Amino acid sequence: MANASDGRPVAYINARLIDPSADTDQRGAVLTGDGKILDYGANLFSGGAPYGIATVDCRGHCLAPGIVDLRVHTGEPGEEHKETFDTAGRAAAAGGVTSMCILPDTEPPFDDASLIEFVARRARQVQRTKMYAYGALTLGLKGEQLSEIGLISEAGAVAFTDGDRPIASAQLMRRALYYAKTFDALIVQVPQEPSLSTGAMNSGELATRLGLGGNHKLAEAIQLERDIRLVEMTGGRYHASKISTAEGVDIVRRAKARGLKVTCDTAPHYFALNEIAVGDYRTFAKVVPPLRAESDRLAVVEGVSDGTIDCIVSDHRPQDVESKRVPFALAEPGVVGLETLLPIALELYHNGQMTLPRIWQRLTTTPSRLFKLPGGRLEKGAPADLVLFDPDIAWVIDPDKFESKTGNTAFDERPTQGRALMTVLDGRVIHRDSSLWPETVAA
Amino acid sequence: MTMRSLSVSMPRDLLGIEGLSAASISALLDLSETYIDTNRSLVKRRDTLSGRTVINLFFEASTRTRTSFEVAAKRLGADVINMEVAASSVKKGETLLDTAMTLNAMLPDALVVRHQDSGAVNLLAQKVNCSVINGGDGSHEHPTQALLDALTIRRRKGKLEGLLVAICGDILHSRVARSNIHLLKIMGAQVRVVGPATLMPTDIDRMGVEVHYSMRTGLKDVDIVMMLRLQTERMSGSFVPSVSEYFRFFGLDEEKMKVTRPGALIMHPGPMNRGVEIDSAVADDLQRSVIHEQVEMGVAVRMACLDALIGGRRNALPGAA
Repeated sequence: MANASDGRPVAYINARLIDPSADTDQRGAVLTGDGKILDYGANLFSGGAPYGIATVDCRGHCLAPGIVDLRVHTGEPGEEHKETFDTAGRAAAAGGVTSMCILPDTEPPFDDASLIEFVARRARQVQRTKMYAYGALTLGLKGEQLSEIGLISEAGAVAFTDGDRPIASAQLMRRALYYAKTFDALIVQVPQEPSLSTGAMNSGELATRLGLGGNHKLAEAIQLERDIRLVEMTGGRYHASKISTAEGVDIVRRAKARGLKVTCDTAPHYFALNEIAVGDYRTFAKVVPPLRAESDRLAVVEGVSDGTIDCIVSDHRPQDVESKRVPFALAEPGVVGLETLLPIALELYHNGQMTLPRIWQRLTTTPSRLFKLPGGRLEKGAPADLVLFDPDIAWVIDPDKFESKTGNTAFDERPTQGRALMTVLDGRVIHRDSSLWPETVAA
Repeated sequence: MTMRSLSVSMPRDLLGIEGLSAASISALLDLSETYIDTNRSLVKRRDTLSGRTVINLFFEASTRTRTSFEVAAKRLGADVINMEVAASSVKKGETLLDTAMTLNAMLPDALVVRHQDSGAVNLLAQKVNCSVINGGDGSHEHPTQALLDALTIRRRKGKLEGLLVAICGDILHSRVARSNIHLLKIMGAQVRVVGPATLMPTDIDRMGVEVHYSMRTGLKDVDIVMMLRLQTERMSGSFVPSVSEYFRFFGLDEEKMKVTRPGALIMHPGPMNRGVEIDSAVADDLQRSVIHEQVEMGVAVRMACLDALIGGRRNALPGAA
């Protein structure tokens, strides 16, 4: 197998090249060397494999920029029994993710520059997928006092958030948006009005039947409306994460139409599942915000499709059995998502809702641009972060085969199509599915 | 009557009313009828469950329900163990499963479980080998309460089908309301829920009930008035402003009963907050109030449930008499 860890050129030929920036899906090739993309395009090597260069024959499978995942919870530090940088990195590579942004709600939280440096150091040690860290927006994630946004930015934080804890105080959010402007820092918020979002699942008929406290969908709309007013007032950069409702999509759509610096993301469970997945108190389908009604799911699909929703994130949140095998209201929220992100996102393609380049824009180019990351695009000089995948291969999701340390997926046993065959990071192969992609020719 | 008298098959567990068929409910009520006679006779004990072990596992305090199950099991000849696990010691959910697995290893025939969290009994039922009866879980279901209410109504009114029933008060937090809505709808009754909007669950109308925020319209022409207990800790602040205001608008008294159909019955799962959700004059009205009868029916219904779930299987064993 060609492996350019020594920096020698490698030609990926005979590929179905997915270029999200150019919005193209055509036969082509990529040439890498020194960990970067040296050349790429439809006409490259159209006359055949170059002589004397290591060659990977992609056999017509899709070759695209590696996924840039903006939302990954690692157990490390503090809850290494749930996930470590090493296992999260393995899971990411297996899922075609070459860059991931780690949320700050660890133990201790990343509310200090030294913890951002810790992430960078650990990422270098494990040598897997590129790992970036968010800074905590407030000290101790308490929502009371701003953290050292300037110093933490200098240390390498890619954005600021309190993770799944929304900022309740309008005054604090106003100050955060104002203050962060100095450093051009992006504020990321899961918009959920806290006093309306205490319930365990989506408010509605099913919650009433199950006797579970409801989280009303207006919790998202109210918090979003408030935050967007503050963005308008301050001119700050704001990114809403995990949009789950039709109202939320509509509010962001209107804010964008008004020219505000507002972007957002969603996760596959919000466009591939609805609240029915909670079923008979299925704690693996407990997420924050909760899975919503079918009409909301359809609106999220539309939002992703028309670009109102800028990015698709995995919202990878590993939980051990002890955190999930409890009564629903007591169960910790979250699903593992690194290894299901690609196939579930591809459902939008198989359902005829989006083209592959458009899906890849949400998975790579746009997140990379918003967070100012180097990967996520086909461009001469860009990092050679690539994923080779077969969009059509059928398989059934089996958490027992995950690289992630836990198997708390809401997609257990879901028949799906599409899988990463090989993942390349800085020109180096970090994952190869040997059952699907046997050793190939290296010249 | 034994399990062999039931004309329908019962599931292993009784976790809720939702999903039961009208035939299963009728069969359980019929079986319960036979135990009313047993309970009213001088010698109340039967050997239907002789040699069987029933564990009452209560994570939430409830003297009434626990005692009712205990009396029911003992009258059928079962060995009964009561376990009350203080809620404060069950901070972590895994304790629930640890306790269940430990008890399971002692090979009981039935676990009667009450828990403060919705779905906890369903979770536990997945982990044990014996029958599980839901003795009330969170705001989800309390199936034996609904069955005993149905038995009481059926004996007084001769039917369930076609009756107009109002369930009044704190619907939001009530497992009794949910089980009763399911049962009454399955059996062909019409159901109204009545209470302040703050105590009404979202989309409750989609369960096939009429929603009323006024007792005057909610009780109009009803055959049955089911009052629910309002927990006094919910009386202040966010749900309702005060006890006196709640009683004025949603407490049941003679005046509000005037719009009901003649002969309307008054029910309450107990324990009652007199002067909060119900006035003593109507609670103690022997003509209309069937509150004590509900308690009596509770024992018969629980005997029938235990018999149907674990007595029947015993009888079905090869070589059983």
